[in-house]
Amino acid sequence: MDRTLTHRSFVSYIDRSREYYAAQGYEKPYAWAHHDAVPFAPLPKPLAACRIGLVTTAARTQRTDLIGAPLMLRELYAQTADPPPARLYTDGLFWDKEATHTDDVDSFLPVNRLAEFAAAGRIGSAARRFYGVPTDYSQGRTREKAAPQVLAWCREDGIDAVLLAGL
Amino acid sequence: MSLVGRHLEENGIATVVMGSARDVVEECGVARFVFTDFPLGNPCGRPRDAAMQAAILGMALDLLERAWMPRTTLQTPFRWESDSWREAFMRVDEGNRAALARAGEERRRRQAEAKAIE
Repeated sequence: MDRTLTHRSFVSYIDRSREYYAAQGYEKPYAWAHHDAVPFAPLPKPLAACRIGLVTTAARTQRTDLIGAPLMLRELYAQTADPPPARLYTDGLFWDKEATHTDDVDSFLPVNRLAEFAAAGRIGSAARRFYGVPTDYSQGRTREKAAPQVLAWCREDGIDAVLLAGL
Repeated sequence: MSLVGRHLEENGIATVVMGSARDVVEECGVARFVFTDFPLGNPCGRPRDAAMQAAILGMALDLLERAWMPRTTLQTPFRWESDSWREAFMRVDEGNRAALARAGEERRRRQAEAKAIE
């Protein structure tokens, strides 16, 4: 045993964000998605024959707002993975801007690492495009717009399995 | 992100969620989850650390091959350099409570102004 604990060691973002926004005067807490049943699709063929796709919550474009502050564009997009993006925009997302940074795309979207696994033969191929789904606080929009769009792109690109990395 | 993954699974596409917000992903409920206990922002490995990124991606691919049932979580063995971020992120204490309340009021005031312009 390394040590003893009175609280769980990993951060609960549900608890932390509820208390933080309550302190800012937002009395109605965000209602997070919870499901009892979870769907499961097995891999359809050996991994070395599979085409693998990637999904990120980062944005591909950023503009500035009226006072010059950066504002990432919350649009769904599909973008070529080859050449890989040199950078993506994350300013409007929920992540720890004090502890770390997102200057290295592969720290949150493993686009170069996946190409290396494809070159080594561990996977059949990396999809020609990756998909952007900037976090939307509306679960309805995510279910009804983003999810079907990503599925349609996956089918267009002949993808067998997908890795989704949220910031 | 977890909701998108669930939709793909429902339509026959195998997925792995890679993330650092364990409670958010597990409450939503996903087929496969690679959890790295880092501050939010680098769920696929430390910046400029290609070896760690490759290791984490390799674990996600292993999970695609080996998981046989939903809600399979794999925690990677990596640790951040220090643990100070755990307490610091979105901290609320007596030292910042008044400032947070003011910031919330200011934000609501600006949002109301922006709405009035629209």
